[in-house]
Amino acid sequence: MWSWVGHRITGVGIFFFLLVHVLDTSLVRVSPEAYDAVIGAYKHPIMIMGEIGLVGAIVFHAFNGLRIILVDFWKQGTRYHRQMLWAVMVLWFVTMVAFSIRHLMIFFEGWEGF
Amino acid sequence: MSTPTVEKEPASKIDLAESGDGAGAVQQFDITLKVRRYDPERTEDAWWDEWNLTMFGTDRVLDALHKVKWDVDGTLTFRRSCAHGICGSDAMRINGRNRLACKTLLKDLDTSKPIIVEAIKGLPVEKDLIVDMEPFFQSYREIMPFMINSSPTPTAERVQSPEERQRFDDTTKCILCAACTSSCPVFWTDGQYFGPAAIVNAHRFIFDSRDDAGDMRLEILNDREGVWRCRTTFNCTEACPRGIEVTKAIQEVKTAILTRSL
Ligand code: SF4
Ligand code: FES
Repeated sequence: MWSWVGHRITGVGIFFFLLVHVLDTSLVRVSPEAYDAVIGAYKHPIMIMGEIGLVGAIVFHAFNGLRIILVDFWKQGTRYHRQMLWAVMVLWFVTMVAFSIRHLMIFFEGWEGF
Repeated sequence: MSTPTVEKEPASKIDLAESGDGAGAVQQFDITLKVRRYDPERTEDAWWDEWNLTMFGTDRVLDALHKVKWDVDGTLTFRRSCAHGICGSDAMRINGRNRLACKTLLKDLDTSKPIIVEAIKGLPVEKDLIVDMEPFFQSYREIMPFMINSSPTPTAERVQSPEERQRFDDTTKCILCAACTSSCPVFWTDGQYFGPAAIVNAHRFIFDSRDDAGDMRLEILNDREGVWRCRTTFNCTEACPRGIEVTKAIQEVKTAILTRSL
């Protein structure tokens, strides 16, 4: 059940990010300066952590989505749903460690202080 | 004619203790039973009652409920009939999990903490542990849980191979206890959903080679409130006291609906 709860929460979270994302991207049409200012905000450490969270949500949603497809369409899927959830967690962890290292490295290279 | 000779009984192979009735060998322990009570004739709100009981290692949650009802508080109300896991009357939420009270041994629970017993969720509570099962049976009736075959009745039985019988064996085991349906988060929020038990019982006939109305049942379950409501949370599979692979049965019905037109 908790994988389902997690799937819901990450799904709703990603939806709201997309909403904001569409808004900030469309700012370009309104005024490029405002766009630059808004995009500049993404350099803030809080946003960096937020981005890690966002990628974490997307990666979980993606892997678990594949798991649900297997549960529904692979004959043995319902027998191995638990093992597949473990696989999702392991894959999520590996992906997140790799992504976080790279993401933080890029951040510290360009870090100019507050 | 010979007169029957009285044979001497052979000596028992089982060692019985010289004294005592054997019950002394069963360990005893103290438990706290905490039950969520509800009686609309007494008060509007539900309340919790606690009893301290001394029980045997062979006792089940049902025995503890009996002890309270028979010796302490006769107003405690619950359903049970067979007391042996056959009739499906006494599904309840025990320590947050749906189980049959008659199949849950006290010694398997954590007896250092109170054992919490509530009515199953998602169905209207009538009194204490009794819920109104009507919505549950309504869905059950809708999937037509009986064999439909319009071909002339043969003089002997309708023959079925062991493989054909095996196809739906798992879902014949259902005792309609509602443990699955009342553990489903989709059913909690949307009481219109057919629920796992109805789908399990539809599965039992859809995959029966002797039955002709499989397509009709698939059509019924292709409804907005049918199988597509299932989000594969696996709560039903975990709750089923008969060990039926409920989510698997639902998945097979889903696949059957999709491949039907092919
Ligand atoms: S499928 Fe299992 S849990 Fe559901 S009603 Fe039947 S026996 Fe009870
Ligand atoms: S009393 Fe019949 S199943 Fe428990």
